[in-house]
Amino acid sequence: MDVNWVALVIFVLLFGFITWLGFVAARWRKGDLDLLHEWGLGGRRFGTAVTWFLIGGDLYTAYTFVAVPALAFGAGAVAFFAVPYTIIIYPLMFMAFPRLWRVSHRHNYITAGDFVKGRYGNRWLALAITVTGIIATMPYIALQLVGLQVVIGGLGVAGDWPLVVAFVILAAFTYTSGLRAPAAIAIVKDTLIYLTAFVAVVAIPIHLGGFGHIFSAVPAAKLLLAAPTGNSTGVYGVYITLAIGSAMALFLYPHSVTGMLSASSAHAVRRNAALLPAYSLMLGLLALLGFFAFAAGVAKMPQFAAGFAQYKANFAVPALFLYSFPSWFVGVAFAAIGIGALVPAAIMSIASANLYTRNIHREFFNRNPTDKQEAQMAKWVSLVVKLGALVFVLFVPAQYAIQFQLLGGIWIIQTFPAVIFGLYTRWFNDWALLIGWVVGIVSGTWMTAAVQFKPTYSLVIAGWSVPGYTALYTVILNFAVAVALTWIFGGLGAARRDQTVPADYHA
Amino acid sequence: MTENQQGRNGWSWWYLLFVGLFFVALWVPLYNRVEPTLLGMPFFYWFQLVLILIGAVVTAIVYFATEA
Repeated sequence: MDVNWVALVIFVLLFGFITWLGFVAARWRKGDLDLLHEWGLGGRRFGTAVTWFLIGGDLYTAYTFVAVPALAFGAGAVAFFAVPYTIIIYPLMFMAFPRLWRVSHRHNYITAGDFVKGRYGNRWLALAITVTGIIATMPYIALQLVGLQVVIGGLGVAGDWPLVVAFVILAAFTYTSGLRAPAAIAIVKDTLIYLTAFVAVVAIPIHLGGFGHIFSAVPAAKLLLAAPTGNSTGVYGVYITLAIGSAMALFLYPHSVTGMLSASSAHAVRRNAALLPAYSLMLGLLALLGFFAFAAGVAKMPQFAAGFAQYKANFAVPALFLYSFPSWFVGVAFAAIGIGALVPAAIMSIASANLYTRNIHREFFNRNPTDKQEAQMAKWVSLVVKLGALVFVLFVPAQYAIQFQLLGGIWIIQTFPAVIFGLYTRWFNDWALLIGWVVGIVSGTWMTAAVQFKPTYSLVIAGWSVPGYTALYTVILNFAVAVALTWIFGGLGAARRDQTVPADYHA
Repeated sequence: MTENQQGRNGWSWWYLLFVGLFFVALWVPLYNRVEPTLLGMPFFYWFQLVLILIGAVVTAIVYFATEA
């Protein structure tokens, strides 16, 4: 592929701008960056608007914008499960997360591990929550870099060095500015993404002869979900369980928790639950790009053959943009996706660093660090985490990153009973929760491996086959084990430690 | 926020609106159809996009109803 110079210059200029912004962000809403909650949570100073950009920029990642349309392009209607999924998440956020914000504010909790430690007084349960968070996040960061790789490839730049440069920029501004850097950059990134999405959804259908023409090009089998036949709930059950399971998992990821806890008030969290669906709408519209790419027939165009050979369906959106837009706007759109990779990658590495520092290092290695030592440790860990992700992307086939990411979702959902139910009740026994977690992790991993790393597993219940999202099935098992064992252990007179009181959870 | 808006157990009756929203969003047979189309877009797609907006409005209603 030839280098697209106009697009490349625009792309590099926009990258230069956000690099500068990332460094000056250290002085934004100034705080002492030698304190962990200042570096790792932006001092909990972000109001409703900044939180909107931050969480939006954090959850709707570059990979999402590439992979969801790619799924629509390849598999059709089932990709739209992302829509009911995003419809469910905000009411969940609205109900549960103001409680997490309040209790965390009162006790200076920075991570979900901090909360679990305080709530249950069990360092091993907190360790399980922490390790799950870190391990589930690593492949997620790697996938952001994969998203970046696809657009750099789309610009016609060969080799891995651009990815290394982007990584060094990312690592440097995260180290110096902490969460303030992605918060500031998110405002630029989201503006570019909204612009790109709006132009794409209006201009491309006009170019292709309208929605009617686009959808008539899509084969009937991909246009709708296949109705279930025989003794099976078929793809309907898959669609529903993917939506529910993904929604339950999303807010347990450390980067979601970090984004939420950096808000300046529980009100800001609640308001954002009503305002963030703007991003969902954009994601839904972007999912349609997969059909646009299909109708435009980019997969059969010789100039994109190399791109599709290398990046498979993930090349659908970059190819569509290259085909439809003038070069200068391709530069803007690709920069939007590329910067869209850096924002979540920065937040994810900060969130993992907070977890390691608070819940592993402080808990098991150095129990009384000074504030400065604690913040310094987090800064170093954020570098290590990103380096790990880079090595993964450069030396391990992308397929493994995707499989790990899939497992990551199945693992992180296993923290749901301890964290989310823990916001409402201290009824559960901490060891029962830990054993439930083990059962969930082991069964989820085993079931996923048994079906060659597909997200769904077909249960057979009373002669009915019920294919569905493995994460949801296994977290139900986890929950059942935790309930049963709480009953048993309760009879043994297990001790109940709890640092929090009911008043901590509401205003 | 006072006790009658959101009790100590964290529940508000306004949350029933969310339950209704979930039911509609997850009841696939309701919207897995082509007709009626909107601007050439099958019902399956435009209905779910509209439902995002409805979800935002429902959340806003619950926000104002439970805010002191």
